[in-house]
Amino acid sequence: MSFENVRFTKEHEWVRLEKSGGLATVGITDFASGELGDIVYIEFPEVGREVKAMDPMGTIEAVKTVADLYAPVSGVVKEINTALNDDPALVNQSPFDKGWFVKIELSNRSEFDGLMEKNEYDKMVGKD
Amino acid sequence: MSDAKKTPIYEIHKASGAKIVEFAGFLMPVTYGSIIEEHRAVRERVGIFDVSHMGEFVVKGPRAREFVNEIITNDCSKLAPGAVQYSVMCRENGTAVDDLLVFAVDDDRIILVVNASNIDKDFAHVLTFPRDGVTVENASDSYALLAVQGPRARDVLEACPVFRGVGRELDEIPYYKGFGFRHEGREILVSRTGYTGELGFEVFVPSKLGAVYWEAIVEAGRPFGIQPIGLGARDTLRFEAAYCLYGHEIDDETSPLEAGLGWVVKLAKQSFRGADALRKEKEAGSGRTLVGFELEGKNIARPGYGVVMNGAEVGKVTSGAYSPTLEKSLCMALIARTARDENARYAVAVRDKKIAAKMTPLPFYKSRAK
Repeated sequence: MSFENVRFTKEHEWVRLEKSGGLATVGITDFASGELGDIVYIEFPEVGREVKAMDPMGTIEAVKTVADLYAPVSGVVKEINTALNDDPALVNQSPFDKGWFVKIELSNRSEFDGLMEKNEYDKMVGKD
Repeated sequence: MSDAKKTPIYEIHKASGAKIVEFAGFLMPVTYGSIIEEHRAVRERVGIFDVSHMGEFVVKGPRAREFVNEIITNDCSKLAPGAVQYSVMCRENGTAVDDLLVFAVDDDRIILVVNASNIDKDFAHVLTFPRDGVTVENASDSYALLAVQGPRARDVLEACPVFRGVGRELDEIPYYKGFGFRHEGREILVSRTGYTGELGFEVFVPSKLGAVYWEAIVEAGRPFGIQPIGLGARDTLRFEAAYCLYGHEIDDETSPLEAGLGWVVKLAKQSFRGADALRKEKEAGSGRTLVGFELEGKNIARPGYGVVMNGAEVGKVTSGAYSPTLEKSLCMALIARTARDENARYAVAVRDKKIAAKMTPLPFYKSRAK
């Protein structure tokens, strides 16, 4: 997949901005899903909830550990990936595609622009 | 990390891409890919575990059984050669130093198999007993220990050339019995024991040849779909079967009676360390008791989370998991005995939330090991 419109956070989330702008899809990276191991449950924020960048907005329960899901950008949660309720393993299998978590309507585009690009993120996790 | 030990199988784990973690001072595989898939492989087929980090103390001498019997809560005085027994060793005050297997290999030789995290503490404890007519050796670095577990475990070992023509048929070895034999001049010990709730064997081989025997069993297991299993699935498997894990259900502050291990505490036995305290505890009733809960929903109860009843904390979670077999969020907890009530409404404090939980009998998964 192309990572042109994708940015990354230090907390290992990715954010993909739709071409039309405004709506951003959020997930966790392959590095993060690999580190967490088998994911068994995701606690989502409610649709309609207003989140601020870097707020914990949900939790990710893996077999061996639990992690917070942070909002990478401020905005309103418009959609959650309900497919993960039945099959949370999608996050492990397809972290950048079928394993997305939520869609957020951005309230401040500059927050997105301030996040890491793929090469910077890869460098952070030692993948470059 | 630098002074962490490696088991004789370490290089094989690493080459297969296992995720390695430091556990009890050893670099151990936590998973080779998916903990849940490894868990299912053991329930449905067969898995092989490197448990070489476990400790082995060899007690030798004509008085080996008497010596060990003073240390452990169970009664090993009548163990026939080849018999294995699960036990606990306690301090004077009745708290658990460790849980262990007592493998009565011969009339005058017993191997104590102890937890890796407790090897030094346990050996020091064992040395506090007078060694009349026995020698005790910490032989933990001399053995590699391989566990083969799952409904096809026997088929795998029968297919492995190492176990052919050893004078014993593996299908004649009952649960918690074992035997020794020689292979190319070296002693191999096999016991029908395990930590998964499935049919299984544990194989003690010389540590230098650990990797060779690992490969031999894996090769023989290929037609049966054998899968290497890391510590992650080892934990979820033992959890479903409600086997205690030291540091969780029992520890330096817990007595075996609290942890539901009364069946290995033989109070009628003449004497053993901790007997007086355990007799008193038995008479008065334990302060705490180990119970199982099923959580509503899918949050996982992690060790240390509080168990709440009528708004008050009555205990702590000792182990919790999403059970791959039962597909439920389950946990074990030590709670105040007075708060034990099958019909009460409990909750587990999962971070900032109280998740409703109902008491459910242990074990969660009925063992098929026998």
